[in-house]
Amino acid sequence: MPTFVYMTRCDGCGQCVDICPSDIMHIDPVTRRAYNIEPNMCWECLPCVKACPQNAIDVRGYADFAPLGHSVRVRRDEEKGVIAWRIIFRNGSKDMELLAPITTKPWREHIPQLGEVPAPSQEMRDSHLLFNEPKYIRMDDGDLHTLKSNGLKMVAGVESY
Amino acid sequence: MAFKTIIEDDTDILVAGAGLGGTGAAFEARYWGQNKKIVIAEKANIMRSGAVSQGLYAINCYMGTRFGENNPEDHVRYARIDLMGMVREDLLFDMARHVDSTVHQFEEWGLPLMRDPKTGAYQREGRWQIMIHGESYKPIVADAAKKSADKVFNRICVTHLLMDESKPNRVAGAVGFNVRTGNYHVFKSKTVICGAGGASNIFKPRSVGEGAGRVWYAPWSSGSAYGLMIGAGAKMTQMENRIVLARFKDGYGPVGAYFLHLKTYTQNGFGEEYESKWFPALEEMVGKRYLDVEASHRTHRPIPTCLRNHALINEVNAGRGPIHMVTMEAFQDPHLEEIGWHNFLGMTVGQAVLWAATDVDPKNENPELTTSEPYVMGSHATGCGAWCSGPEDVSPPEYFWGYNRMTTVEGLFGAGDAVGGTPHAFSSGSFTEGRLAAKAACQYIDDGKAEGIVVSDEQIKRRKEEIYRPMEHYKIYRNEITAGSVNPNYINPRQGLDRLQKLMDEYCGGVTVNYMTNEKLLNIGLKKMKVMEEDLEKLAAENIHELLRAWELKHRHMTAEAVFQHTLFRKETRWPGYYYRGDHMTVDDENWHVLTVSRRDPETGEYTMEKAPCYHLVEA
Repeated sequence: MPTFVYMTRCDGCGQCVDICPSDIMHIDPVTRRAYNIEPNMCWECLPCVKACPQNAIDVRGYADFAPLGHSVRVRRDEEKGVIAWRIIFRNGSKDMELLAPITTKPWREHIPQLGEVPAPSQEMRDSHLLFNEPKYIRMDDGDLHTLKSNGLKMVAGVESY
Repeated sequence: MAFKTIIEDDTDILVAGAGLGGTGAAFEARYWGQNKKIVIAEKANIMRSGAVSQGLYAINCYMGTRFGENNPEDHVRYARIDLMGMVREDLLFDMARHVDSTVHQFEEWGLPLMRDPKTGAYQREGRWQIMIHGESYKPIVADAAKKSADKVFNRICVTHLLMDESKPNRVAGAVGFNVRTGNYHVFKSKTVICGAGGASNIFKPRSVGEGAGRVWYAPWSSGSAYGLMIGAGAKMTQMENRIVLARFKDGYGPVGAYFLHLKTYTQNGFGEEYESKWFPALEEMVGKRYLDVEASHRTHRPIPTCLRNHALINEVNAGRGPIHMVTMEAFQDPHLEEIGWHNFLGMTVGQAVLWAATDVDPKNENPELTTSEPYVMGSHATGCGAWCSGPEDVSPPEYFWGYNRMTTVEGLFGAGDAVGGTPHAFSSGSFTEGRLAAKAACQYIDDGKAEGIVVSDEQIKRRKEEIYRPMEHYKIYRNEITAGSVNPNYINPRQGLDRLQKLMDEYCGGVTVNYMTNEKLLNIGLKKMKVMEEDLEKLAAENIHELLRAWELKHRHMTAEAVFQHTLFRKETRWPGYYYRGDHMTVDDENWHVLTVSRRDPETGEYTMEKAPCYHLVEA
């Protein structure tokens, strides 16, 4: 399902160029609009489709195995924190709308700034703990699992398989 | 060429490649190095880069110790059984004991994890998998990395690691170029955490033409994790352990949620159960230690992924294809039907598109399954990657050299696909590995291990010339021909990729030869790989975008050569269903219950291979 861009909708803003993980959405120097320069390196991952403010980007199933005449459209709404899909079959027998949340919190707000939290003690540095541990491992007062705590040892060879 | 040289100096921690592993590293590094300079270099845009670009519908590695579900050692045993014993159990145990703290933080940041309404625990898909609404998984973790990093350089294709010239075998940073401006970027850094990806597209895909993009692993996963580290002389492990996936045909839509949550199952073209009839012969081939059907029935011991592939491949070869996923029962339940579709939209939209295009409604017909071309990576049901040190309190002496997740190159750490022997890390485990590597990298610097690093202008200049050579080459020879892409003096990156894929397919056990190879084929293949290496010096790039593809191809080639060398070294068929050594068609525990370790000499290109002991976790 490589992407393509509708001529009448694209205004050449370049949002798709900025986000495409495969570096295949480029601006055509003649039309000044975006297009997919390398469809056989397109993963149909859709960040470009979701990022387009004009809804100008769509997908058409890969020519080597997908017949024409289907539609899968998406609207990703960051403010509402939801994504909406509509799937229409080639023969029209199915027309589905599906909605899913994409976040439960305001974006970025609940991610800590680790440069500003209290610095780890030397004891913490010498331990095997990571940030927020041991608390976050089990959300209780339990400690990190070790070979000793779990009654384990490492033994080499097939006999110990 | 008039490209500028831009030097980023005095970096403490350089994260090369920021998918789930790299974002985890950047995030955690700030805690242990509050005054350290943390820089990310990523060839795409970290908001949507890496394998989790389009999202995920499940987190496949979560212990649930909080809910009394599993202990870390349970996951180690699972990974060990699935990989026919060949794993690094110290690294796996370490990842598993930390991974839940990662997942709990994801939830706090806003990632929607589903809950079981009855128990309040996370909604399980299977024993290790929890279900999520993960369309924005990558943007959420990228925000965490951005909050921690001093600078994020998007659109930098890292081509090489820089090496210290005062002390051998010590890393000193990395170089690459900006795929937009073309500028040359030099990152001088005390440590590098390699978070780059595994390799899709090194074996010829089943698809042709446009569909070549619909690979199982992302097409931009160019084996750069291995290309960078092998190029620097780091030891690699288990590179023979490529993975083949049984997936929905053509779209490669995931089957995990279908098997585990929707309780769908497979049958052959005649509507018969087929797996069990291949198991008696398989038991002979691999031994009861690895496949004991009776015990599996009794104890729910999982059957290794590769062996289930083997049954599928053989059933199709026996003329009883295609294999179908029986969805028609589960999809009668509207709730399960919705999950089935959401599962694709959340992580493999292309499968939904394909079913819409071919009018396949799983409620009314059972879709086809097939096995994919092989992939080389280290975080799914396979463990290719660098030979890394484990943590001091778990690792035996052969697995420990000072710093957790440090490769055999000093100051060079790995996370995610980059680390060998740690399958079943998936997204959460990769992020966790990044966190572990970041803590260790800070400790390495604080211990004074990165003092006195010297990078000469000569090294920087030499790499620059090397990086832009494909563009120079194009300029010199382009006008010798009238037009077109056929030139006696060069090949372009696509032509090179086609050659690599064909070569890997035919000589190293790809899909058109039913995953079969042997010593003779591998030796011929290796010779052709060496000749191809010469041709890669004559690669031509018309523009900066093609230069990106040129370097991806070079990384893929470097990865592929390691796969050849390891496959040649291990004289047994350890993973039937992933690949077969026709000259050694059984598991040979007497000689090969060991991990394979390689090193490519960066000066000569010569490989040396060795065996490393395979340790297992047992009750003390």
